[in-house]
Amino acid sequence: MAEQVRMEGNGLSERLKAIAADLGVPRLIIFAFLGAMVVAAFLLELPIDTLTGNILTRFGMNGILVLAMIPTMQVGMGPNFGLPLGITCGLVAATLSIEFGFTGLAGFLVSLAIAFPLGGAAGYAYGLLLNKVRGEEMTVGTYFGFSIVSLMSIFWAMAPYRSPEMIWPYGGSGLRVTITLQNHFDKILDHFLAFNVMGIDVPTGLLLFFFAACYLLWLFMRSRHGIAMTTVGNNIRFAESIGLNVNRYRLLGSTLSCALGAAGIIVYAQSYGFLQLYQAPLFMAFFAVGSILIGGASINHATIKHAVIGTFLFQSLLVVSLPVANLVVSENLSEVIRIIITNGIILYALSRRESGSEAR
Amino acid sequence: MSQRVLEMRNISKEYFGNKVLKGVSLAVDEGEIHALIGENGAGKSTLMNVLFGMPVIRNTGGFEGEVLFEERPVSIANPFEAMELGIGMVHQEFMLLPGFTVTENIKLNREITRPTLLSRLFGPAMKRLDRTAMNSDSRRALDSLGLSLDETTRVAGLPVGYKQFVEIARELDKKKTKILVLDEPTAVLTESEADTLLEAMERLSAKGISILFITHRLQEVLRVAQNITVLRDGERVAGLDRTEATVDRMAELMVGRALESVGCKECAASAMKEEVLLAVSDLRVDMPGEEVRGLDLSVRRGEILGIGGLAGQGKIGIANGIMGLYPATGTVAKGGKPIPLNDTTSALNAGMAFVSEDRRGVGLLLDQSIEMNIAVPAMQSQGKFIKGAFSLADDRKIRSHAMELIRELDIRCTGPAQLARRLSGGNQQKVCIAKALTLDPDLLFVSEPTRGIDVGAKKIVLDLLVKLNREMGVTIVITSSELAELRAICDRISIVYRGHIEGTLAPDASDKDFGIMMAGGASHGGQERKVS
Repeated sequence: MAEQVRMEGNGLSERLKAIAADLGVPRLIIFAFLGAMVVAAFLLELPIDTLTGNILTRFGMNGILVLAMIPTMQVGMGPNFGLPLGITCGLVAATLSIEFGFTGLAGFLVSLAIAFPLGGAAGYAYGLLLNKVRGEEMTVGTYFGFSIVSLMSIFWAMAPYRSPEMIWPYGGSGLRVTITLQNHFDKILDHFLAFNVMGIDVPTGLLLFFFAACYLLWLFMRSRHGIAMTTVGNNIRFAESIGLNVNRYRLLGSTLSCALGAAGIIVYAQSYGFLQLYQAPLFMAFFAVGSILIGGASINHATIKHAVIGTFLFQSLLVVSLPVANLVVSENLSEVIRIIITNGIILYALSRRESGSEAR
Repeated sequence: MSQRVLEMRNISKEYFGNKVLKGVSLAVDEGEIHALIGENGAGKSTLMNVLFGMPVIRNTGGFEGEVLFEERPVSIANPFEAMELGIGMVHQEFMLLPGFTVTENIKLNREITRPTLLSRLFGPAMKRLDRTAMNSDSRRALDSLGLSLDETTRVAGLPVGYKQFVEIARELDKKKTKILVLDEPTAVLTESEADTLLEAMERLSAKGISILFITHRLQEVLRVAQNITVLRDGERVAGLDRTEATVDRMAELMVGRALESVGCKECAASAMKEEVLLAVSDLRVDMPGEEVRGLDLSVRRGEILGIGGLAGQGKIGIANGIMGLYPATGTVAKGGKPIPLNDTTSALNAGMAFVSEDRRGVGLLLDQSIEMNIAVPAMQSQGKFIKGAFSLADDRKIRSHAMELIRELDIRCTGPAQLARRLSGGNQQKVCIAKALTLDPDLLFVSEPTRGIDVGAKKIVLDLLVKLNREMGVTIVITSSELAELRAICDRISIVYRGHIEGTLAPDASDKDFGIMMAGGASHGGQERKVS
């Protein structure tokens, strides 16, 4: 949508101004901060090539989880704070694929094939709940996410999995907290067509997969149903007046979001190398929400561009600023800083009045 | 010589490089009724925003020029300071709390209080409201407007016209008020209500309260205004006094071209047939403030049917009910085929389209482009403007269709990608009509098509409706509070009273006949002409 506001600048400076206006001041500030961090990293003689490689990997591995925010935001339900629901569906899918003994690419594809419909079905049920609490989706979603993580913790502990790679090493029932994917689909995307340039490891397959997902979602949002979703998000009464079934499109939004969340965690896990169960999905929604908001989305308007820019900024900040902070301030600050940055961004975005709504 | 209350000198204002006010000056004396007229987008609202220190002015870089109040330069930083000075504003969109009574709304934040034991202990927040004094103050304010409304009724459910009076009463009740700004106060009023308001304005002016009167109804200007300032494209094009002003001259100055009479007298009569296109019986619509209670109506193929009546009698509810926007019961059949109620999709599929009276709330996607506003309804309900197996939006078709309608309906905009929010009221209305036309309806419902839009755009909108009827054979049902415009373009006019059709008249029936019907006279033996 932002592409519509293409300015016709003649000179380079005008074009730069147009780009800056398009990005918005907050993003310029964050870019500047990121630049400062990179300079600091140089001065502290941190390994820039490794950092860059890390940025690329983290960008690709988190991207789809951030994309999952777009459907609910566009349909007017706000960011999907209930994302842990989709994530746990993805984890169930991945553990099933391991349980069935799939390895390599097959394991990855089977996981995805289970994750997508499972996440979608759960998202549909979740949408039924959200349709009953219109206007309170964010609060309800947050607590729903917390609840589902706890509920699934019981599931992980009780589920009758048999695979010795996943259950506790001393036997009995229940899954481990962390399951290694080494023999399954560890880095299957990251290593696909991967190459090294100037010391930077480029995870080609991962990036391609993410961009393909972006493209598909972009296509969908421009289709008749995608536009109907945006219409519902823009003005419910307008949508009703042209005969759109508002609740149906809201269901579609939460279905799509949770399905993407389920697929997203599998991509994340293959890159990370481990499946993290139990409490791990608890705060994942917040990182995704923070990313898309930092990318310039507002609560009810999010585009692919916001997701891409946001994921890049968010992950770069974490990758670069954490080692810098660890050296300059004190060690082992990483988790604290990550939480401060994430929640700070969410707080900023939620408290920000939508620019332009005042000037009619 | 009476004192000069307000003077604005050489006011200029830019929004993002777009000059919307170019050195406008304006002066109002004590007790003067000063009319400010101009087309939408001429800069009237911006001038008032400057006067009230609205944040939107400051946030967009302030303004140039100076404002003098009682001959002293003042700098008004926010609406509260304007109020403190004695400048009262009556808003076009109502700023009332629906759950509160009339008195509570009038006295909001200025309640009369009495000390109590608790207030002595815990401070003024614990004081008791003196309801008797508040009610009598409100009564006085309402009386000065000549309104017999009970001050203890709740605002929710009052007809629009009364809400307007409550707003004015609130400003009058502020003792300090020296000048009152009325922004299109009569736009939502019926003619009789507008008359009452104009009388009230004259009474206030006699008491020494100045009034700055923004309106589109030029007859009203002639009736009450002593001086008239005309704005066009951000410039003050003329200042007239009452003696030299005529409707034609003002309209000409505003629009910058001579105005022909509205409608299409010279073109052929509509191809109205005896055949009934739409038959409605026992329609009941639960639309708050505009309930329809057992209404029968038949629309003939090819006609323009007008639906008139006073505000709150239910005329607005008819189209909203048939199109499924508000819960309805009854039977509706189009061309003999029954149409299910409470089902917007079926109504649209039956070839009916609706231009809502609530442009901003229902009619538009304010944050979307003009072209998307026009294309989305047809895309969703008829599958137009999509291509390929994935039913993707067909940008090229959307763009060219929008360009065509922008040209045809003369929508003034920077291009099809401009956001609907940024258009003036009249142009927003044209987008609403364009969007309905894109559905290719053979029956078009249009509600209050000229509410809050200026004379020039009004004529274009009405002419457009006539053209659609004559050239494309669209049957049109137009609902309007302005009887004059119904009489200008309709073949028949049905008057709604208390939720049913009181009667149907030809457009050239006498004023008296219309007046009696609007007051429910036909069914009450002419005894209840006054609507309480």
